[in-house]
Amino acid sequence: MADVIETAPTKGPLIYRQSIFTRVTHWVWAICLFFLLLSGLQIFNAHPSLYIGQQSGFEFENAVLEIYAVNTDDGPRGKTKLFGQEFDTSGVLGMSGTEQRPAFRGFPAALTIPSFQDLATGRVVHFFFAWTFVLTMFVWFMASFINGHIRRDIVVTPNDIRGVPKDIKDHATLKFRHGRSYGPLQKLSYFGVFFILFPLIILTGLTMSPGIDSAWPWLLDVFGGRQTARTIHFVVMTLLVAFFIIHIIMVVAAGPINELRSMITGWYRASPGTTTEEGEQP
Amino acid sequence: MSQLQLTRRRFLGVSAASASSLVLAGCEQFDFLGSRDNEVRNVLEMANTLTYKVQRGLIGDQVMAREYSASEIRQGQKPNGSTDPTTPEYKALVANDFADYRLKITGMVEQEVSFSLDELRNMPVRSQITRHDCVEGWSCIAKWTGTPLSGLLDQAKVRPEARFAVYHCFDNIQRSLSGDILYYESSDLVDAYHPQSILSYGLNDEALPIANGAPIRLRIERALGYKQPKFLHTVELVDDLSPFGKGKGGYWEDNGYDWYGGI
Repeated sequence: MADVIETAPTKGPLIYRQSIFTRVTHWVWAICLFFLLLSGLQIFNAHPSLYIGQQSGFEFENAVLEIYAVNTDDGPRGKTKLFGQEFDTSGVLGMSGTEQRPAFRGFPAALTIPSFQDLATGRVVHFFFAWTFVLTMFVWFMASFINGHIRRDIVVTPNDIRGVPKDIKDHATLKFRHGRSYGPLQKLSYFGVFFILFPLIILTGLTMSPGIDSAWPWLLDVFGGRQTARTIHFVVMTLLVAFFIIHIIMVVAAGPINELRSMITGWYRASPGTTTEEGEQP
Repeated sequence: MSQLQLTRRRFLGVSAASASSLVLAGCEQFDFLGSRDNEVRNVLEMANTLTYKVQRGLIGDQVMAREYSASEIRQGQKPNGSTDPTTPEYKALVANDFADYRLKITGMVEQEVSFSLDELRNMPVRSQITRHDCVEGWSCIAKWTGTPLSGLLDQAKVRPEARFAVYHCFDNIQRSLSGDILYYESSDLVDAYHPQSILSYGLNDEALPIANGAPIRLRIERALGYKQPKFLHTVELVDDLSPFGKGKGGYWEDNGYDWYGGI
């Protein structure tokens, strides 16, 4: 798709689309989220259950997700209970590894850092990349407010909302407009990630800290308890994984070379008719 | 220009390929981070020092952990870690219902002092219904009753050069070829003097059970469960944690966990 556009006689201009701040923070985040996800699943495996409320119900029921192994007549099985509904998830959740050497753990070895059970190391990795993630976010917000990235590409305007139906139709037929700013669906997704999911996953993470809870007890009230915060932290993680998958699909669909180039060098081949600015080639 | 484009394109291809191989190869290649003296791991652990410094700066020394209402006690306190120490010293104390137990304050103090369980029960009482957060991820709300550690430290008169309190415990958390490894912990003096840091002898209005650390468990309410030593017998004031255990300030710290434990 990208190649067709690039070799077509009516080639659009090469525009400088992504600032150095956008590009550097993008790749630092990519690395951070990779390690945060896999070390987070390691931490989750230390107690692979999620609850609603302040505490974990051992003598009462407030779990929404439980991953465990059980012994059956046919040998051990991995089980996942979601809202009271039990599923057999042998091979992935609850029990994984080989038939000869089954591993009884929440998420399988391929999805955790380290691959073996090691909560202490999971925490070391998680908190290092959490700090890097948050500091990078601070840099991104500062730079993007100043250079207009947020105003131009992230904040959703009424005009964008009106353009959503057409944008959905364009996406469904793989017709992409490569402009200077983002399209309505792009804006909505990035707004959701930067202004909802990122703040949520940071604040729910902090709510799990007993130290922070003493300084900011309102966090416990906002999220409905430490265990609810832990559950939200997990749910936001799954939403970010979903975002990542769609993000990659869209990059491939919209022209991976052009998209990757813009996120590495900043230069982007726009659709024909895009107006150029100083220093850009029409 | 076309030359440049080509190399740029090749660069993109190579970086995409290496990024995907990183993911596809699974995570075993990061298992080296598990070895406790790995240099990369040491760099990553600097984030824990940052967390400690930032939280100490952000959170006032006297700021309290949330206390809950009695209706929030919905279950017993879940026992974890050592639940029945087997050292001869401890077994002898249990046999005599802790009548011979003494809690000692030693190290960098003007005068070393010790207290029997009865003496501790006759000191100022504090009860608090707090949430116990285990490093594993679960939480449990219970009522803890005891006397603030600060009162005992004041009686012993902590010397100004003291920087940490080391908490020595009776329980043999681990047995190794060279004998029992006894649980120990430590904290800075902020946590030691915190108003909610109580030497608890009561749990949910009953005597503290053995599974939860009888006769005395120290509560440090703004930290995780492993910072709250059970079966406590000595509080030693020091200016250096390296002589104890493997030198990291606690049994779990010696096994790779962070010393601050407030997150």
